Amino acid sequence: MFLEYLFYVLVFPGFLFASVLGLIVGWVERKVSAKVQFRVGPPFFQNFYDVFKLMGKEIVLIKNSPYFLFIIAPIIAFASVTITATLVGMSFFYQVGFGADLLFIIYLTVIYSVSLIIGGSSTGNIYSSIGAGREMKMVLSDEVAFILVLLVPIIKAGYTINLAQIINFQANNGMIIGSASGIIAFIIGIICVQAKMGMQPFDIAEAETEIVEGPLMEYSGPLLAFWKLSHYIMYVFFPMLLVILFWGGANLNSVGNVIASIAKYLLVVVLLILIKNTNPRVRIDTALKFFWKYASPLAFIAVILAILGA
Amino acid sequence: MAFYNKIIKKSIWVFHVSASPCNNCDIEILDLITPGYDVERFGIKLVGSVRHADVLLVTGITSHKVAPRVKQLYEQAAKPIFVVGIGTCTVGGATFKTSYNRAGAPLDKVIPVDAYIPGCPPKPEAMIDGIVKLLGTLK
Repeated sequence: MFLEYLFYVLVFPGFLFASVLGLIVGWVERKVSAKVQFRVGPPFFQNFYDVFKLMGKEIVLIKNSPYFLFIIAPIIAFASVTITATLVGMSFFYQVGFGADLLFIIYLTVIYSVSLIIGGSSTGNIYSSIGAGREMKMVLSDEVAFILVLLVPIIKAGYTINLAQIINFQANNGMIIGSASGIIAFIIGIICVQAKMGMQPFDIAEAETEIVEGPLMEYSGPLLAFWKLSHYIMYVFFPMLLVILFWGGANLNSVGNVIASIAKYLLVVVLLILIKNTNPRVRIDTALKFFWKYASPLAFIAVILAILGA
Repeated sequence: MAFYNKIIKKSIWVFHVSASPCNNCDIEILDLITPGYDVERFGIKLVGSVRHADVLLVTGITSHKVAPRVKQLYEQAAKPIFVVGIGTCTVGGATFKTSYNRAGAPLDKVIPVDAYIPGCPPKPEAMIDGIVKLLGTLK
């Protein structure tokens, strides 16, 4: 039993599988971005080369800074992201839930942001501090809308936070995206995922062209590789989570179903990438206003609709 | 180490050090990373932080005021790091060869340099060629 769980965490839906799939999806992201900009784009193994190269570089530590926090932050982030990928992957591939899945996912995705804040503020660099502060504001702004979005499938599936039961409900009663509340929640969910992953309209914390990757600025070598891997693994589980919650999850019974599952996953990924490529970065106050003034009330309306049964 | 060299050749993150240039080479470097040349094909990416960099592209004559900063940037970078001097300024000074304010004459006097790409300014094609030749020396 213990070995079985170890296999889940370290090999199949967890560490190894999520890393490899994440790096491949990272290539899809860079390739689609290149196509949008009329470029050729990087070769297939580019992200593997990048991460391997970073693994062999020197780690530069900053004098007079808390080394411990600086080193532990990417490791905590990577661990939390890997466990989330395991959880979501288990229900995506095996239709297995562990009980309080969604509650756990909410906590683990916040742990990633918290470790980003810790890592950024431990360096003492001005840009890193600005990035950490902005990440804090982003957590405050997108968290409410994200939790409200998660509430819609929970209510629809009969007040359960077990992912397997949500998939079962959709297998019997049709997909949640087919209802009015489902489609609103799905759209807000896509935007929330964009903010959670720090992608283009909401890459305020890691703005590469403005505050040079913010919290990641002082990181080098393997620690930076861990941050990059965590970011790519988020490409694996967030689209999977959206597919599970709103599109009935994956079905691996026949060849047609496998292709349909992969197509659903890739469609959500490409949608995220296209939103990323067609929107410029917004200011932090615009993002906060957007999430509190428009996204959260809309998600709240979706929740009320879900309670009423629409 | 041979295997690592093979990988690092395919993933070059470039940091742009502007050491008192006339901005001509800098504009050509910006031209290099536009979609027209698309150096992402070779895994070359412009990064904003020197901690992430594999190659420092130094432009300009490196005046006495900026020389300590260039040295500091080189020391702050995560090793292994390569330095490429862009433009004739880093080698011979070009228009500024008789200037009183020239610490990097050539740039080797400030930091160790792996390759020079002369030209005033060098074309983006010449820069790609120079970086590829530098990577060709890695065994």
